[in-house]
Amino acid sequence: MTVAICVEALTKEYKDVIAVNDISFSVEQGHCFGLLGPNGAGKTTTIEIMEGIIGASSGSVVYKNQDKEVDNNISQQIGIQFQHTALQDFLTVKETLNLFAAFYQHTIGQNKLIELCDLSDFLDRDNRLLSGGQRQRLLLALALINDPEIIFLDEPTTGLDPHARRKFWQLIKNIKAQNKTIILTTHYMDEAEQLCDDIVIMDQGKIIESGTPQQLLSKHFKDVYIYLPEQQVPLTLIEKNQWVTLSGSVEITTDNVEKTLVMLMDNKVSLEGLHVKSANLDDLFLHLTGHSLRE
Amino acid sequence: MNIKRFFAVFKARNIEFFRDKSSLGWNLIFPVLLLIGFSLIFSGEGRSAYKVGIIDISAEGVTQITDKQVPFKNIRFIDYINYENIEAAKNKLNRHTIDLVIEPSYSQYWVNNESAKSYLVEKIFSTQLNGYTRLETSGKKIRYVDWVLPGILGMNMMFSCLFGVGYVIVRYRKNAVLKRLKATPLSAFEFVSAQLLSRLFIVMFLSAVVYSGCNLLFNFFMLGSYFDLIIIGMLGAFCLISLGLLVASRSKSEELIGGLLNLTSWPMMMLSGVWFSLEGAPSALKNFADFLPLTHLVAGARKIITEGATLSDISYHVTSLIFMSIVFLSLGAYFFSWNTER
Repeated sequence: MTVAICVEALTKEYKDVIAVNDISFSVEQGHCFGLLGPNGAGKTTTIEIMEGIIGASSGSVVYKNQDKEVDNNISQQIGIQFQHTALQDFLTVKETLNLFAAFYQHTIGQNKLIELCDLSDFLDRDNRLLSGGQRQRLLLALALINDPEIIFLDEPTTGLDPHARRKFWQLIKNIKAQNKTIILTTHYMDEAEQLCDDIVIMDQGKIIESGTPQQLLSKHFKDVYIYLPEQQVPLTLIEKNQWVTLSGSVEITTDNVEKTLVMLMDNKVSLEGLHVKSANLDDLFLHLTGHSLRE
Repeated sequence: MNIKRFFAVFKARNIEFFRDKSSLGWNLIFPVLLLIGFSLIFSGEGRSAYKVGIIDISAEGVTQITDKQVPFKNIRFIDYINYENIEAAKNKLNRHTIDLVIEPSYSQYWVNNESAKSYLVEKIFSTQLNGYTRLETSGKKIRYVDWVLPGILGMNMMFSCLFGVGYVIVRYRKNAVLKRLKATPLSAFEFVSAQLLSRLFIVMFLSAVVYSGCNLLFNFFMLGSYFDLIIIGMLGAFCLISLGLLVASRSKSEELIGGLLNLTSWPMMMLSGVWFSLEGAPSALKNFADFLPLTHLVAGARKIITEGATLSDISYHVTSLIFMSIVFLSLGAYFFSWNTER
């Protein structure tokens, strides 16, 4: 695989805090790369340094296709969707697209962009009147307007309802299908599992784990969880196996689902209401740090 | 400087302003209401006494006439105002500010043919002025509304320039519009130039609309050239916008910028000769007012309108505005930040 961006020993210090502390990683061309971590982990600072928006205290970010370190001129080649940004009031969606298109030498055709980001229903609507999902789709369109090879998306679905999030994920999958490189920060683990080929988990400015989601899960979790309604499982069986009861359910941790189910049936336990769950990235983060990703 | 990028931001800012109906309405209605209010408040004839100007300096510059030597000064209910310069006195007579000018040294007096009060005062003094040569002048009366017009338009321009640029840039910075623009190839120079010229266009357009509209109602006095008036208006607006850019160059706080802009605009509103003349003010106050751009904008425009001054006559105000613009713009460009880091 070809490396698109290489981050080396990156550090960003503010007066009273080290936001990013000596981190290194590389992003493969055509991959969706996820930076995961709780609020304040240093994700946004990291990608803003990668985008050339803020400077690093030390370390480097090298764009391999440019064969040079990031600088202000990189803005012609990359697309950015910030976590928090307002649009100019009183402009319509179409006028906003025209404004941003004027900033770039090379732009994607407006009709193609409208179709790709599904903007056609609200093209003439004032920016102030857009719903959360419509606004994020417009911000995504602005990130794609210069047809960039590398796209940065900083928590793009925060605050969206489940339907809007799933619609947004589909848009990102469509972009991925065009062999674009995407750098995504999120604290939604289902989002990372759906979209990311590689992930880096950050906490307190440091990288605490990296790899593909499946590699990390299989590295840290051999077990799966089986849940049964508490009233169906005899107390003696719970105590004997030291199972945990949670909110009216018994949580059974096992590395062999088949063997456990046979044992339950041998003990005449009804399997009605049975629920099996594998560990996810949220569990992984809890396992690695002792606190959940959304804290 | 990329013209395409500059023009895109210029156009977007203009659209934003003209679609904001409340702001547009306020910018148009506020000066009109002030003008109407002042024209009503000061529409009376004022004091009933007549005003007579007396030239009390001889051609050699030596004071020769004393109050006791002028017998007609015994007539009551007349204000006598001493002038050292015949041109200054005639200018006041032309504008109906005084009703008669007497020059005892040369045994001559001046009346304004277009002033009823001047005609009446001449009749009152007919006996005393026996043997004096009668000289005539003419001129339309200048009303308070004519005098205050450049002040009100200037003040409206000041608020529009300072708050329309300063406040908007800080709001853009605070809600990350500037950060989003920084992430594009748009340069700070292109952005700032577009903001500056957009506001200059908006301010001049609105001032022209207010002036033209009110002119239909008040038939304003205008002795000078409209071209000169537009030039001094543009220089003044440019200077005030530069000041707004400087004040807003770094801050991210709307509360702070509101305070700073008030701190900048209030002294100008009170001390730049918007409402009253600074002629009789203490020299320390006049010196301080000289450092305020609005002083030069209002004084320059007022001289063009009421005295028929040309740009060369008001070169002091023109050069002051140019100098201040360069200082404000240089400092504003030096300190400008897209996004204040933590």
